[in-house]
Amino acid sequence: MAFVTANWNPLGDAFYRKVELYEMGWSLKDGLRDCHVAAAPYGGPIAGHLHSLRNARSCLPGAIRCPLTTFSPIWGPQWKSGVVKQLGWTVGDDLLCVQEDGTVLVYDLFGSFKRHFSMGNELVQSHVLEAKVFHSPYGTGIALLSGTFRFILATNIEDLKLRRLPEVPGLQGAPSCWAVLSQDRQSKVLLAAGPDLYMLDTTACTPVIPPGLTPQASSIVHMAVSFSYKYLAFFTDSGHVWMGSANLKDKLGEVETKMKTPPKQMAWCRRPKGQQPSVVVMWEKNLLVAGQCQETIQYPFVDSVLVPEMDGVRIISGSHHELLQEVPAACEEIFKIASMAPGALLLEANREYEKESQKADEYLREIKEQDLLGEAVKQCVEAAGYEHEPETQKMLLRAASFGKCFLSNFRPELFVHMCRDLRVLNAVRDYTVGIPLTLPHKQQSVSRVLKHWACCKVQQKEEADEVIARAISVKLGETAGISYSDIAAKAYECGRTELAIKLLEFEPRSGEQVPLLLKMKRSQLALSKAIESGDTDLVYTVVTYLKNEMNRGDFFMTLRNQPVALSLYRQFCKHQEPETLKDLFNQDDDHQELGNFYVRASYQEGKLETRVSLLQSAVDEYNKAKNEFAAKATEEEIRLLRFQRRVEEEKGERVLGCSLHDTLHCLLTLGLHKQAEQLYKDFRVPDKRYWWLKLTALAEKEDWEELEKFAKSKKSPIGYLPFVEVCVKHLNKYEAKKYVSKVTPEQKVKAHLAVGDLEGAAEAAIERRSEGEVSLVLSRCSATTDRTIVDRLNRARAAAAKK
Amino acid sequence: MAAHLSYGRVNLNILREAARKDLREFLDKCAGSKAIVWDEYLTGPFGLIAQYSLLKEHEVEKMFTLKGGRLPAAEVKNIIFFVRPRLELMDIIAENVISEDKMRSPRDFHILFVPRRSLLCEQRLKERGVLGSFINVDEYILDLIPYDGDLLSMESEGAFRECYLENDQTSLYHTAKGLMTLQALYGTIPQIFGKGECARHVANMMLRMKREFAGCQTQVLPVFDTLLLLDRNVDLLTPLATQLTYEGLIDEIYGINNGYVKLPPEKFAQKKQGEGEKDLPTEPKKLQLNSAEELYAEIRDKNFNAVGAALSKKAKIISAAFEERHNAKTVGEIKQFVSQLPHMQAARTSLANHTSIAELIKDITSRQKIPPPLHPGLYLTLLHFSIIVVLCCISCVPPYVSASEAFFDNLTVEQEFMTGVDTDKVNTYIEDCIAQKDPLIKILRLVCMQSVCNNGLKQKVLDYYKREILQTYGYEHILTLNNLEKTGLLKLQTSTRNNYPTIRKTLKLWMEDANEQNPNDISYVYSGYAPLSVRLTQLLARPGWRSIEEVLKMLPGPHFEERQQLPAGLHKKRQQGENRTTLVFFLGGVTYAEIAALRFLSQMEDGGTEYVIATTKLINGTTWIKSLMDRLEEPPF
Repeated sequence: MAFVTANWNPLGDAFYRKVELYEMGWSLKDGLRDCHVAAAPYGGPIAGHLHSLRNARSCLPGAIRCPLTTFSPIWGPQWKSGVVKQLGWTVGDDLLCVQEDGTVLVYDLFGSFKRHFSMGNELVQSHVLEAKVFHSPYGTGIALLSGTFRFILATNIEDLKLRRLPEVPGLQGAPSCWAVLSQDRQSKVLLAAGPDLYMLDTTACTPVIPPGLTPQASSIVHMAVSFSYKYLAFFTDSGHVWMGSANLKDKLGEVETKMKTPPKQMAWCRRPKGQQPSVVVMWEKNLLVAGQCQETIQYPFVDSVLVPEMDGVRIISGSHHELLQEVPAACEEIFKIASMAPGALLLEANREYEKESQKADEYLREIKEQDLLGEAVKQCVEAAGYEHEPETQKMLLRAASFGKCFLSNFRPELFVHMCRDLRVLNAVRDYTVGIPLTLPHKQQSVSRVLKHWACCKVQQKEEADEVIARAISVKLGETAGISYSDIAAKAYECGRTELAIKLLEFEPRSGEQVPLLLKMKRSQLALSKAIESGDTDLVYTVVTYLKNEMNRGDFFMTLRNQPVALSLYRQFCKHQEPETLKDLFNQDDDHQELGNFYVRASYQEGKLETRVSLLQSAVDEYNKAKNEFAAKATEEEIRLLRFQRRVEEEKGERVLGCSLHDTLHCLLTLGLHKQAEQLYKDFRVPDKRYWWLKLTALAEKEDWEELEKFAKSKKSPIGYLPFVEVCVKHLNKYEAKKYVSKVTPEQKVKAHLAVGDLEGAAEAAIERRSEGEVSLVLSRCSATTDRTIVDRLNRARAAAAKK
Repeated sequence: MAAHLSYGRVNLNILREAARKDLREFLDKCAGSKAIVWDEYLTGPFGLIAQYSLLKEHEVEKMFTLKGGRLPAAEVKNIIFFVRPRLELMDIIAENVISEDKMRSPRDFHILFVPRRSLLCEQRLKERGVLGSFINVDEYILDLIPYDGDLLSMESEGAFRECYLENDQTSLYHTAKGLMTLQALYGTIPQIFGKGECARHVANMMLRMKREFAGCQTQVLPVFDTLLLLDRNVDLLTPLATQLTYEGLIDEIYGINNGYVKLPPEKFAQKKQGEGEKDLPTEPKKLQLNSAEELYAEIRDKNFNAVGAALSKKAKIISAAFEERHNAKTVGEIKQFVSQLPHMQAARTSLANHTSIAELIKDITSRQKIPPPLHPGLYLTLLHFSIIVVLCCISCVPPYVSASEAFFDNLTVEQEFMTGVDTDKVNTYIEDCIAQKDPLIKILRLVCMQSVCNNGLKQKVLDYYKREILQTYGYEHILTLNNLEKTGLLKLQTSTRNNYPTIRKTLKLWMEDANEQNPNDISYVYSGYAPLSVRLTQLLARPGWRSIEEVLKMLPGPHFEERQQLPAGLHKKRQQGENRTTLVFFLGGVTYAEIAALRFLSQMEDGGTEYVIATTKLINGTTWIKSLMDRLEEPPF
């Protein structure tokens, strides 16, 4: 207990520690030498594939798969398929076996076969030389090097799109090493061929040079990418380890290892917020940690496999399972020899307290004087989270609990959550379960674990749907990031549709429910869920699905009960299937819309007769809709069209399609007064408008004589000011003046002004004694030329003011 | 670059930067040179997010407009379609892809849906057999676009029509999504108020989405205290009225599109001595209008009648600033003067531009009867730079029935309607306008306004107007009239009681003594009429809607209040005298005058509330009515 630091090794300013997690329970004669081994990240399962020479000769290598790690391997059946080149785990914990001929076999966590796919036919001929399984933001990807030295890449095996990367110029043999990088949401391959380094993306092959690589190096023999894809390390033939950023822009450091043989494996060892990132390099009998600070730690070693994790490196050998990591800051503060950090003091205080020594108070006082007790408790709680030994955890938590007593307003959540988390972690780390999860992993993967559990749960055939659904909802509750629809999809996959529907009920995102419901042919339910979500695109999707699935009658009936879907479908039909739209209106007896439909249709029709008959249908519908006005207006339209056709035939004038107003205007300008008169009467055009029409038409024609006759024909319903104005508009003041005298007194001033007769205007204004009109006239007068008028107006104004 | 977005109460540049980041990330996903094929509708809104230079930095070499047939030749690695999720566009894209020249080196296709990807569209592409040809099918979530320092717009033209006419709530879904994005960046908005059916629907969706994202709550201190959702159909009247603020008039007369206005070029010709009139520009002058321009920010929201004074004041300041150089004696002083030159020159250009615009507007609006708004005959000469800024020229007598006459008469009728004068009879001015076949939209605006102010028209009056319109402008407009009736803009009076006067009186919608120069009430934006929507907003802040329950019941749709739980520790502690921030969301569009009124409220000293405005689209009566029209082309005979 006292020797928490016994397994610590200094590296630069930081410490590294190697913690033994388990002793391995698998009995392998030769260790892992003849094995392909793959371990999933986040303390995930391990798979191994034996390919001893003897077996390889017989072309039937025996296979072992031992998921759930360490203790009791689950032995897979005898391997009967082709030569396995690489094993890997997907993000969903499926096992991938990449075979020599490019086929990839997919197994689930329990070793049962799920499916297989091919990475391209050319590989049957050329074979896979090397393969790598990687994780990208899009899912799990596979990169292959073919026998013809071409790279083939799939970024997401769930949505398989194969990309052949461009050829590397001058590449004659297999590259000495390569790695898959994930940059700018793109997957790229970095490869070293002799002295050169190339970056391959889907479009181009670009030579790159790592900044500051030692000149002693003539080629790169190994490379490693960090867990986060942010950092890159090279091992050169001169024995140097180069560390830098993955975009090859910055160099972090370089370490000489004095080892010239190429390493077996190399991995980054970092932790979030760590101070001293390092690279772990592994040879047959040697393990070396090379830090950015140019220092190294060496460990004696047996043949193993390195598994990079987000907070360290797991080392798996035939007999042991260890974790190598930088000592977290909180642990370092507390346990470092002679540390005076608040946490360290608190731990000491508690120790003295348990010994019933008064020194406890001295330590406590020291922390409290600096006002750091809260900090001390936090440190102890945090450090407990990073420790693997339950005894150490307890010691730290006891110290925290002790310190808490002296704080009045310390929030309890931190402590409570940590206790809870540790209980879970300790349980899954138990050797019978064997999941060496660390706290940062757990924080990342809580929802994943729960989801996985739920997915397994739905496969338990003996339990009733109701029971399973309830069990799952109780356990999962509303945990963030859980997708009930994924679990439901799993249930459906296992043939339990009812259970799937029950599970979907728990999915808060109705949008997520729809695709699966459709797949399960619960289209009605899907429709109401889609509407609930408010996402109209989803509604459209379900509607199109329903349309293809149901007969027309049922389809329409379904829509009728869902007004939102119905109006969306109407919109769709309006643009895509006008005839269906008509049927829809027909079914709903929506005569108004049917009428509108026919009107719209009539405008897409070139032939007059068809047009008229369509409009006639519109009239019928409007009548049925009791829309008298629309029916009448449409009848009028038909009459107008017929009239226009007649005019065209008789007079050769193109008027078809013009409005009634324009038609009249046209007739009047042409001098067809008789026809105009007839239209005016037939369509009961209001007098006022007709007068306006005729007035403007005659003025436009400059038929002043006819205009005068018209003005005298009877009393104008629009008065005579418009006559004045229209004449002026057509620049005929002479004609305009003729009508000024006929204008009503109220409009006199305006009329005089219109013809530019200031004097007349002034006179009228004075006569009318209107202050407003006087100032209007005044504003039109120029002070220099209209002196007399201005004076007169001003006088009148003054006189009015006096009264 | 878009600094003006960060000066407001809420830094909207964060939103813009987030949008730009997403765009860059997508472009980088398509490695190599690229060409963008644009859905033409999107170019305007995108301009508010990113200029061409950003695209160019990411290897965009060519840009095309989406159209049928074969894509133009371009030596690029990638072809990216930027499109709205519309089926008809999918058909065009399919055509493009299918007719791609097989002989040439293959190009990679990508598609970027804005604002959201659509299963329906992907299905269509699949049916056409081209979905597999796309390497990336992605979405670019662009709901709320930062338009100015206190203004967000979705730039979705059809939103009102879709929601109120076609019962298609797609844009409401996007609104809710956009508000969620906003809350992710600016914190959960604790209080939601709303009025209207659509507002209710959006609020429901927001609350539902919040439940869906339960757990991944943002730990951002809330920036907005309140969200107010307002349906446009709660206040149909305001957009129909002619806006009388400077910005509003620019929009009414010339139309502001995505922050740009196109103006007739004549007044902007650089007059240089010795040169004749020979090279007058013929291209319309395009100007960007936002608060980045200091002068514009100052005058945009003023009543137009107060703009002249503001401009002349500014002119004096600028000319005084230029005079300063005579006082600059020492080298240091000269240096100081020179360092200010660029800023002064920019201010002068700005002044010249706005003087020209004001002149253009004045030609249309002013009339001698009303006091001349600009100081007549104020000539400001900046001789040393040989630019003459003429602030006002009323020397030319306008032709008799001038534009200004029409403008004034129109305004008079509008104001009569708004004050409730003779709204139940056929209006002679409208009659005369129809008889002279004035633009149809003008007629529709007036008729709708009369109907709204009278709570519907009597059967006889309504039929008369409709008949007049059909006979004059053509029977095809029967569909447009039908649309207006469906949205309630035009309606038959069903009850004998007209409740508009009650609403007007209770909410004080008409202020007799509106002060245009130094306003003391929002009614200055319409020279008398206080926009209903803004009045509702004002009353919500103080004293609260409970005081106007009766009126709220007369307006369509429910009114409601919701509260969103904040994560612990994010409750804002308000400092003494600190203003509240309210986001007002206009579903179905907002006018510049309403924005001006809200800005006025923000600036009121004892207001206590500052407003940020969001909308589906910036509208005015003309664009609004236009969006509701059914255009039927005459068939070719």
